[in-house]
Amino acid sequence: MSYEANLRVWRGDADGGELQDFTVTVNEGEVVLDILHRLQATQTPDLAVRWNCKAGKCGSCSAEVNGRPRLMCLTRMGTFEPDESITITPLRAFPVVRDLVTDVSYNYDKAREMPPFVPPERDADGNHRMQQIDVERSQEFRKCIECFLCQDVCHVVRDHEDNKPAFAGPRYLMRLAELDMHPLDGVDRRRLAQDHFGLGMCNITKCCSEVCPEGIKITDNALIPMKERVVDRKYVPPTWLGNAIRRRRQ
Amino acid sequence: MADLERHDYDVVVIGAGGAGLRAAIEAHERGARTAVVCKSLLGKAHTVMAEGGIAAAMGNVYPEDNWRVHFRDTMRGGKMLNHWRMAQLHAQEAPARVRELEDWGALFDRTPDGLISQRDFGGHRYARLAHVGDRTGLELIRTLQQRTVALGIDVFMECTVTRLLTADDGAISGAFAYRRDSGQFLAFRAPAVVLATGGIGKSYTVTSNSWEYTGDGHSLALAAGASLINMEFLQFHPTGMVWPPSVRGILVTESVRGDGGVLKNAAGNRFMFDYIPDYFRKETAETEEEADRWYTDKKNNRRPPELLPRDEVARAINSEVKADRGSPHGGVFLDIASRRDADYVQKRLPSMYHQFKELAEVDITAEAMEVGPTCHYVMGGVEVHPETAAASVTGLFAAGEVAGGMHGSNRLGGNSLSDLLVFGRRAGTAAAGHAASAPAAALSETALAEAETAALAPFGRQGGENPYTVQHDLQEAMNSLVGIIRTAAEVEQALERIAELKVRVQALTVAGGRHYNPGWHLALDLPHMLRVSECVARAALERQESRGGHTREDFPGPREEWGQLNVLCTLFGDGIGLHRKPLPGMPPELAEIFEESG
Amino acid sequence: MTALAPEGTGAPGRARLAARTLRSDRWWLQPLITVSVLVAFIVYSTVRAFENANYFAEPYISPFYSPCITTACEGNTFPELFDGPAFLTPALYILIVPLGFRLTCYYYRKAYYRAFWLSPPACAVAEPHAKYTGETRFPLLFQNLHRYFFYAGLVFNVILTYDALLAFRNAEGEWFHMGLGTLVLLTNAVLLWLYSLSCHSCRHIVGGRLVHFSRHPVRYKAWTFVSKLNPKHMQYAWISLVFVAFTDLYVRLLATGAIDDPRFF
Repeated sequence: MSYEANLRVWRGDADGGELQDFTVTVNEGEVVLDILHRLQATQTPDLAVRWNCKAGKCGSCSAEVNGRPRLMCLTRMGTFEPDESITITPLRAFPVVRDLVTDVSYNYDKAREMPPFVPPERDADGNHRMQQIDVERSQEFRKCIECFLCQDVCHVVRDHEDNKPAFAGPRYLMRLAELDMHPLDGVDRRRLAQDHFGLGMCNITKCCSEVCPEGIKITDNALIPMKERVVDRKYVPPTWLGNAIRRRRQ
Repeated sequence: MADLERHDYDVVVIGAGGAGLRAAIEAHERGARTAVVCKSLLGKAHTVMAEGGIAAAMGNVYPEDNWRVHFRDTMRGGKMLNHWRMAQLHAQEAPARVRELEDWGALFDRTPDGLISQRDFGGHRYARLAHVGDRTGLELIRTLQQRTVALGIDVFMECTVTRLLTADDGAISGAFAYRRDSGQFLAFRAPAVVLATGGIGKSYTVTSNSWEYTGDGHSLALAAGASLINMEFLQFHPTGMVWPPSVRGILVTESVRGDGGVLKNAAGNRFMFDYIPDYFRKETAETEEEADRWYTDKKNNRRPPELLPRDEVARAINSEVKADRGSPHGGVFLDIASRRDADYVQKRLPSMYHQFKELAEVDITAEAMEVGPTCHYVMGGVEVHPETAAASVTGLFAAGEVAGGMHGSNRLGGNSLSDLLVFGRRAGTAAAGHAASAPAAALSETALAEAETAALAPFGRQGGENPYTVQHDLQEAMNSLVGIIRTAAEVEQALERIAELKVRVQALTVAGGRHYNPGWHLALDLPHMLRVSECVARAALERQESRGGHTREDFPGPREEWGQLNVLCTLFGDGIGLHRKPLPGMPPELAEIFEESG
Repeated sequence: MTALAPEGTGAPGRARLAARTLRSDRWWLQPLITVSVLVAFIVYSTVRAFENANYFAEPYISPFYSPCITTACEGNTFPELFDGPAFLTPALYILIVPLGFRLTCYYYRKAYYRAFWLSPPACAVAEPHAKYTGETRFPLLFQNLHRYFFYAGLVFNVILTYDALLAFRNAEGEWFHMGLGTLVLLTNAVLLWLYSLSCHSCRHIVGGRLVHFSRHPVRYKAWTFVSKLNPKHMQYAWISLVFVAFTDLYVRLLATGAIDDPRFF
C-alpha cells in the first residue's frame, strides 16, 4: 500500500528560496500534512510548517499544493497519481516567514479595523430573542475557520500588493455582511464597507468561494448581498446624484 | 541582555483558548493592563475542536432544569471526586456566561420561541448544551477573539512561554518566552499570570489533541512551586476516528449519539445495553424500544445507554474490541445513517459530515462510522482555589483544562466549554485584583540569562538524537502503558521508560537556526511532556482503584477509601513527589441533593 | 513562465517563485470556453440585429425583435410606436435592455472579467495588469445599477411570455393551436424567467435586504424560493443565452422558408 512520492517543497525565507526535491514514503489514507510531518521527522527537522488540529477545523495549515491554495490536512495524497510530482509552496499573497510559513498579519490588521458588534438591551428576562431563520445567514459566515485561503487567492491583493491598505479581502468583507445581517447588531457599516474596506474592488470572480474549505458561499451569500446593500445605501440614483452634487460643492 | 524584548503588564494570560481569552477580557475590563501570550495564531486554539456545546442549566428546553440538577450531574459524572465548590459555582454561573456571549455577537441555534437551543449530551439529565450545529467551540473562540480584538487587548501570537519567573518570596514576577517565528526572546514583567494552556494529550499516540497540548502549563506551574491534582484521570473520548491511520484519534462528537446515533459491534448488536453500571441503571433504558422512544419523549422514557458518561462508553468499546467483536479497523460502528434521514444528519452534524467525507471518504448519511477511544482531556491540573482560580503560588492563576478539581475523575461532555467561561472569568477577576494590590517585582537578570541559556542549549549540542524520535517513543510508552486500562506492572514500566527518555532529552540536538524551527520548538516542549507524563504515571500507580478516567485492571471497581482522597503531585528536584489529600467536605444543603435523587 | 510580477506574487517579502502559477491542471480551458461562446453569440446577434429581416413568421416573432416598437416592423405583434431612421433596426432599440441586464449581471461579470480581462484568468493565476481598481471607478462603478436593468428586463420577460402565448395560434390567427415553434418560444420565455428570477439583485430585492426574516414571512418565502434558484444562476445564464439565439435562429429559418414548423394541433 505504501509508495514513495516525489515532493517539491519551497524552502527559504524573505531573502530568497527555492523548490527542493524530496522523496517521502506515503501510506494509505494519508494527507499532505502527514507527508510533511514525515519529512520533518526523517529528513528536515527544521522544516517550518504551521499546523494545529489536523482535522480541518482550525485553518492553520494553509499552503499551495500544485499551485492551488489548500489546507494541507484536507488534501489527501490519494488525489494525486503516485508518480506525480507534488509541489508545495507557502501562500503567495503574504510575506514568507520561513519555508511554508507566511506572515498573515495583514488579516489580523484588517480584523482590528472592524467596527465591533453593538447589541441592543436584553429583554426583561435577561435573554436576547432571535429566530432561527434570522440567524442562519450569519451562522454560515461564522463557520469561517480563518484559514485565509480566500485572502490568499483573491487577485485584488495577491496580484496587487499596493491594494492591501484599501482592501480588506473576502474574509473581512464577509464579516461585514455577517454583522449587517446579524439580527441584533445596531451599526450601519455599509458606507464603510465600500469606502474603507474596499468592497468595490471585489469583481466577484469567485475564487474565494472556490478555495473555501468550509464550503461557504462567500461570493453569492456574503459579498454580492453586501454589494446590493451598499447600493441601497449609496447608489440608488437620487441618493447617488445627491451625494455627487454635495461632494462637488465641498 | 540587550536583544531581549521586554514588556510590562498587570496580567499576563498564557493561552488564547476559551479560558485564556475569557480571563483576558475580564482582567482588561477590570482595568488591568493585560496581555495574552499564545503559541499559535489567535483563534486557532484547541477550543475550536469542541463540537457539542456549552453545558448550562438555562432551562430553555426543559424548564425543570436548574443549577442543582446540573451540579448533581457533574458530581455524579465525576464520581463525586470533584471539588464541590467548583462544581457548584460552575453550575450556577454557566447560564450567565453563555448569555453574555450573545452580547458579544455569538449566534447560537434557537428554540422556536427564539431562545438559545439546548441539546442532549451524555450524563446530563436534561437537554442543556447551548450549541451551534456541531461547531460550538469555533463559535466560542471566534466570539471571544472578536471581543478581545474589539477591546484592544494586546495579543502576542506564536510566542511560547518557557519559564515562569518568580521573586525571592516565591511570588510570580513574570514570564520568559520566545517568538516562534523569529526566535526572539521576550520577558514579561507582571505580578499576575493566568495559565490557560489546555491539556496534555500530545503525549499519547491516539489523541484528539493538537500539537499544542504538551502540558506546558501544568509543567510551568509545577516548576513555579504549585501542585497538580487528579493527574491520573485522563478522559478517553469513546468516539474518535480509527481509519485511515493518519486521522486516528480525531474526534467524532458525542452529538452524533445525542442526535440518535447508536453504537454497534461487528454482529450488529447495540452492545451498550450489556455495559450499564449499577450506578446509572435507574436512569438508563433497558430495552432498545425504550431507548428509541426517549429521543422524542424524554419525560416518560429513560436515556439510551449510548449516552452514559464518557468513561463508561469508552471502556465498553475497549472491551468489545478486545473480545474481537470490533469493526475491521479496530473500532466499533457508530450508526446514524440507518436511523436518521440524510437531511437531518447534514443539518445537525455538518462538520462531522464534512470531516468523514474529506478525511475518510465515508458518507455518514449512508454508512456507519468506525470509531474507538481517543485520548481527549485531562481532568487533572493545577490545584486552584475554587473562587479565585488561584494556585498555591502567589500571583499564579489557572483556568480551563490546565486547572484541576472541577471535573473530578471524569468530565461530562459540554462541561468543558462552560468551565472555560466560568473559571476563565473568575481567574481574570482575581488576577486583576491581585495585580492592583501587588506591583510586580523586578525581574532577576540572572534568571533571565539562565532561561535564555536553557532555551538555546539544544543548539549547542552535537550528535544527539532528533527530538521527533524522542516524542514518538514517549507517545508510544504512554499510549500502550498508561492508556485506558492500566496495571501496576505496565505503569512501572512506563516510569522506567520516562526516566530513560529524560536522559535522552538532555542530549537532543536540533538542526537549523532560530527562525521558525519546529525541531527546536519540540525540543523545548519535550521536558514539559515528560514531566507531566511522569505525573500521570505516578498518580496512576498510586490510586489503587478504578474510577472515572482511571481504570486499573488489577484494582477493578471503585473503593470507598479512595473516594475521599485526591492525589497531588509536586516537583522535588527533577522528580515528582506525591501526596494524598482528603476531599473538602460538602455542606449539608448540597449533600442533600444526592439523597433526594438517590 | 513569465517574469516576477513586482506588484503581485513577486512583491518584496513574498516567497521567491518565478512561475506565474504552479497550477498543473488545464486552468485556461474555462476562460477559453467562455470567450468562444460569448464571441459566437456576439457575432451572431450583431449580424442578426443588423439584418432587419426574417424575424417574423406568423405566429412567431424572434426575441431579438420583440417588442417590435418601430413602424417598420413586420407582422402585427405590438403597437408600433415611432419611426426611426431606416438604418436602425428595431433590434437595436430593444437589445439594449437585455444586453445591459446581462452585462451588469453578477455572473456574467465574473465570466468576462476572467475570460476577457484576465482579471484573473483563473484562481491563483497571476493577472497581467499592473494596476487594479475593480468596480470602484467609472465606468465599472455603473455595475451597481444592475437592479434597474433587472426591473427593465422583467418587462421584456412579460412581453416574450406574451409572444409565447400568441404562438398558441395558427398562421390564420385562430387560437388553441400549437407547433414546435410554440414550444421553442415558451421554453425561451421560461428560461428567461429562470435567469431573471435567479438573479442576485432579485434575491436582494425580494427579501435579502431584510434583517429580520421572521417579521416578513411572505418575503422570506419569496427569498427562500429565489435562493433555491440563485445557485443555478450561471447555468440559467448560459442556457438562456444559447436558447434565445436558438429561438431567433428557429424563427429565421421559418421566415426564410428553410424549414417548416411542425404543427402539433
